[in-house]
Amino acid sequence: MDNLLWLIPGFPLVGFLILTLAGKNMSRLARGLTGAGSICLSAIVVLIVGWNFLINPPAAGNYTQTLWTWFEIANFKPTITLYLDGLSLVFVFVITFIAALIHIYSIAFMAEEADDARFFASMNLFVFCMLILVLASNLLLLYLGWEGVGLCSYLLIGFWYQKSENGYAARKAFIITRVGDTAMAIGLFILVYQFGTLDIVAISHSAPEMWQAGSKIATLCALLLLAGGLGKSAQLPLQTWLPDAMAGPSPVSALIHAATMVTAGVYLIARMHVIFQLSPVTQMIIAIIGAATLIIAGLSAIVQYDIKRVLAYSTMSQIGYMFLALGVGAWSAAVFHFMIHAFFKALLFLAAGAIIEALHHEHNMFKMGGLKKSLPVIFWTFLIGSASLAALPLITAGFYSKDQILWYSWASDGGSPLLWFTALLGAFITAAYTTRMMLITFWGEAKTHLGMRPGKLMTIPLLILAVFSLVAGFIELPHNFGHVQLFSEITEKVLPGTNIRAAVSGEFIYQIIAVLTTLAGIYTAYILYYRKPMIIINLKHSKSALGLYQFLLSGWRFDKLYDTVFVRPIVYLANLNKDDVIDKFYQGITWLTGRAYRALSFTQSGSLRWYVMGLLIGAIFILTIQIIL
Amino acid sequence: MNSLIPIDMVILLAAILFVMGIAGVVIRKNIIFMLLSVEIMLNASALAFIAAGAKWGQPEGQVMFIFILVMAAAEVSIGLALILQIYHQHKSLDIDILKEMKG
Repeated sequence: MDNLLWLIPGFPLVGFLILTLAGKNMSRLARGLTGAGSICLSAIVVLIVGWNFLINPPAAGNYTQTLWTWFEIANFKPTITLYLDGLSLVFVFVITFIAALIHIYSIAFMAEEADDARFFASMNLFVFCMLILVLASNLLLLYLGWEGVGLCSYLLIGFWYQKSENGYAARKAFIITRVGDTAMAIGLFILVYQFGTLDIVAISHSAPEMWQAGSKIATLCALLLLAGGLGKSAQLPLQTWLPDAMAGPSPVSALIHAATMVTAGVYLIARMHVIFQLSPVTQMIIAIIGAATLIIAGLSAIVQYDIKRVLAYSTMSQIGYMFLALGVGAWSAAVFHFMIHAFFKALLFLAAGAIIEALHHEHNMFKMGGLKKSLPVIFWTFLIGSASLAALPLITAGFYSKDQILWYSWASDGGSPLLWFTALLGAFITAAYTTRMMLITFWGEAKTHLGMRPGKLMTIPLLILAVFSLVAGFIELPHNFGHVQLFSEITEKVLPGTNIRAAVSGEFIYQIIAVLTTLAGIYTAYILYYRKPMIIINLKHSKSALGLYQFLLSGWRFDKLYDTVFVRPIVYLANLNKDDVIDKFYQGITWLTGRAYRALSFTQSGSLRWYVMGLLIGAIFILTIQIIL
Repeated sequence: MNSLIPIDMVILLAAILFVMGIAGVVIRKNIIFMLLSVEIMLNASALAFIAAGAKWGQPEGQVMFIFILVMAAAEVSIGLALILQIYHQHKSLDIDILKEMKG
């Protein structure tokens, strides 16, 4: 099975190459088939490899395939090695499976688009890079994939580059993630310096021996790697790019900015958990950042009117949950929530894309309304996705994954009542904004004339994702009922278990509280947006409420803050230095040389006698010096 | 080889001749006179070689003199040929009229 690994990223790469080189000369059908087909083949390989991995677990606990040595400098010898263990298996499965569905959906979504070859090529390249990221056995290869997905994200956010806002959004996403990536690169340099290798397994083995828990170097490394994760995963304080990234086509938002790329930070932290475990301070910071992000993003989601921005803020908030779980040491729970979130958030984005397409590119929820009857398939799948996002108890997958995080944020040894309460508040907000989105979009009166209805190619991926959003949670049931732990069994060999504080009991009570909070959130939104909409309308007349609304709508004015703190001073300095202060020195040298040249060229008169005089004076001068000295 | 004439005097004579030669090159306008002055400078240095050779009893001084003599002959023949050509083309031997660079 080891030697099949290269096929997983291989197929998307071949697809990318074919579409880039020959895309213009192929028929539309052929382009779609190449784009989607390469990912489907890759998904099939993953299923075969994964099946073997689960049925006959390899003795070493992983499949490794070394393709070649990348380069060799002194003792530093990174190889192109693919490494598949439980953790990467989960990621590879989610990436290929969801990407395959999204590519199939994209064939229909891109049917009217002139430049679909570029779209499919970029998407295939993205899947290739993402697979390299999660399959890499050393951090250098991981970083290659990491930067590759950043590039593809840039290319695809700016897919409709004719509108300058889209180009701006793409640049913003690229530059802000670059801040984190730079920190991460510095972290990698420190790791090379310390260990002489970037091999993940080697580092994980030797880190606990070389570094003491809580030592400065471990904390520094963990913080630098965390910064990379924060940028990619749109967490505080590098979160501002994600809402603007919604400028890209909806399948891009579903694949890159919801299901896979933005969770690369979660993968990185889970993969390097040994280093993070050595630094309890960083773990605490991760938990606090996750908790803060989930509240901040959740509150912003509640006032957005653009349906994709609601989902974008919701993505930030859900990744906040994953970071919270990572921070309190619930590694497996974070990865589980990643998987479930990928299913339902991809579903929601695809469904939102179908709605936007059907309503002539209308993004504003308040102009939608009444879609319950006219788009029944979209309605039901969107409802399932929303239910899973809101963590509707028992029937949805989101409930099982979020319940775990809530429980561990209280009960694990990194947890605390404050974190638990924040997570609970987040659950309330999530339920509220999800219900609001559903009510505004699907109930009420139709406000926009319906265009074309989504075809089978669009609805079938939605239905499949909807099924997964419901049943995927059953593979990991809580301890107190069912106690199914299929998921933890996959990851337990890679990720350490979660330590429960000694004096904690009564998981059931906390589950009841979580359920009640979710229901309360749904009920509150139901009252405010359906039964008594006058409350909101009245609120809009009060000045302070309107100010708060504006504040939340702009995402807590982070853009403005960064503009004032970073962008303006730099622009000001750049203006000061418009004609390059340092260059003045060099301009002075050229000026002086020019002047001296003019003065000396006067002596080149062509008069032989002057030359002889020159020679003579020179000779006398030298002789005199020799005599005197 | 006796030292009836002290070497200092010979060197002084050579120096005076050399300075006269240089003065001639610098001051004269006519190319032929300038060439003559150059010849005087050559002979001045040749005289210095002879004197030095006599002083230390070495043959190299006279060897150098033969060299200088041959070189001077070659120089004069080529120089005069060039001067003839210049006169043919410009109908003048005045160095200030002949100069073409603007400086």
